[in-house]
Amino acid sequence: MKVLVPVKRVIDYNVKVRVKADGSGVDLANVKMSMNPFDEIAVEEAIRMKEKGAVEEVIAVSIGVKQAQETLRTALAMGADRAILVVAADDVHQDIEPLAVAKILKAVAEAEGVGMVLCGKQAIDNDMNATGQMLAALLGWSQATFASKIEIEGEEAKVTREVDGGLQTIKVKMPAIVSVDLRLNEPRYASLPNIMKAKKKPLDEKTPADFGVDVTPRLSVVKTTEPEARKAGVMVGSVDELIAKLKDEAGVI
Amino acid sequence: MAVLLLGEVTDGTLNMDATAKAVTACKPLGDVTILCCGASCSDAAKEAATIEGVAKVLCAENAVYGHRLAEPVAALMVSLAGDYSHIAAPATTDAKNILPRVAALLDVMVLTDVSGIVDADTFERPIYAGNAIQTVKSGDKTKVFSIRTSAFDLAGTGGSASVESLDAAENPGLSEWIEDKVAESDRPDLTSAGIVVSGGRGVGSEENFAIVEKLADKLGAAVGASRAAVDSGYAPNDWQVGQTGKVVAPDLYIAIGISGAIQHLAGMKDSKIIVAINKDEEAPIFQVADYGLIADLFEAVPELESKL
Repeated sequence: MKVLVPVKRVIDYNVKVRVKADGSGVDLANVKMSMNPFDEIAVEEAIRMKEKGAVEEVIAVSIGVKQAQETLRTALAMGADRAILVVAADDVHQDIEPLAVAKILKAVAEAEGVGMVLCGKQAIDNDMNATGQMLAALLGWSQATFASKIEIEGEEAKVTREVDGGLQTIKVKMPAIVSVDLRLNEPRYASLPNIMKAKKKPLDEKTPADFGVDVTPRLSVVKTTEPEARKAGVMVGSVDELIAKLKDEAGVI
Repeated sequence: MAVLLLGEVTDGTLNMDATAKAVTACKPLGDVTILCCGASCSDAAKEAATIEGVAKVLCAENAVYGHRLAEPVAALMVSLAGDYSHIAAPATTDAKNILPRVAALLDVMVLTDVSGIVDADTFERPIYAGNAIQTVKSGDKTKVFSIRTSAFDLAGTGGSASVESLDAAENPGLSEWIEDKVAESDRPDLTSAGIVVSGGRGVGSEENFAIVEKLADKLGAAVGASRAAVDSGYAPNDWQVGQTGKVVAPDLYIAIGISGAIQHLAGMKDSKIIVAINKDEEAPIFQVADYGLIADLFEAVPELESKL
């Protein structure tokens, strides 16, 4: 079985986000970019499946700007076998919407004949949490979102999901889309020899037109603002003072 | 204009808080029809009909919707979609699972975690872990969105909408429920509690988390946790507050041994009063706290608990 792992190039999760003065979005020029942390978990899971012999090939795919090839090289250095870059934007500030991404991924999944797509549950930039579910809909495949455990059993996969009430286990028919949550695994760091080797692994470049997909956005950004900042509070010197403040000043206990 | 709102029903019970807040969000958009589905959901549907401002309740009671698996519920919603300009749901894990599937089947975009509705086409939502609020205008024929319920007030009850039974839609038969592992608790629900007491990495172990829980029980509060605490196995995943966990906005939020990573702040910074107890005076949590106490939590928290 081949597994497809979509990876997104996003602002590094440690970077302080700044809204652009013109309100069009968040400033991404000259900012450290990394692989979306949830996608790293998906890559790791796919590689572990391959190491266990349940998967023959791991294909990483990224849709976005040309610089996303760095993100794909990271996936290759972790252990993905090959990569596909779909260049869909020139400007780093242009985000391709989940619906368009799902349409491209559908075409890739069909062209490659993959048996499973493993993706991050959300990207930490737009926090949309949508691509995997949309892809499952377009392919007419089963979906198991927010996975914290995945076991492939023949033509089915047993997936434990992190849900509001705790954990839910479901069985999905293959082929399936599984979106991964934080507790699934801890992604490895790529070793230096593997980073060198990754440079020689195949990376194909495509465009949305190659798949006949129109990436024109359905949503237009009206404005982007900073959230209201909280007023600076006070430090209290003791538990007694804290209790007094909560009772008399805030009136919350 | 008309709105189809997926009521939050779990095992036959309506989550009144999430559903009634979502009604408040949707009301300005047009007549609100609530869809309740489940293996048994007639009681939930009757309860939903009492929410003020609801025009109609649809009740799809069928075993196929028992665990609200994404594929059958999405198929049901798509079969009803033609009558509505807007399709919405409170942003629970169920809705996050189902709604993008509905949107893609309708060939429209989805908007998740909507925190403000400007007009019929224009919505506000947090991005980058709440570090920015984006206002977007949708050009799609049907607007599909999930609602961040902590941003909206609870609708009243006293309404008496009609309840209509629905036949089940086609079941794609792609998935099957096996089991739920739900912790039984007498504590209030995390997302609707008036007080939340949360612990972080500083708590140090699963056993030590009892200190946090004891304080919560004294206050009649829900218990939360930071991602670090959940990842370290100190607390279960359903306690996680933050960008990828639950978003809460209680009257009082007490953060114990939590440093205050932006991913955590994303889930609690709209709380009315924030208290931080941490021994590290440099912890970023103090920048958002109304009251900060620099102290060893193992001394301060039991003291606080005993003096309340």
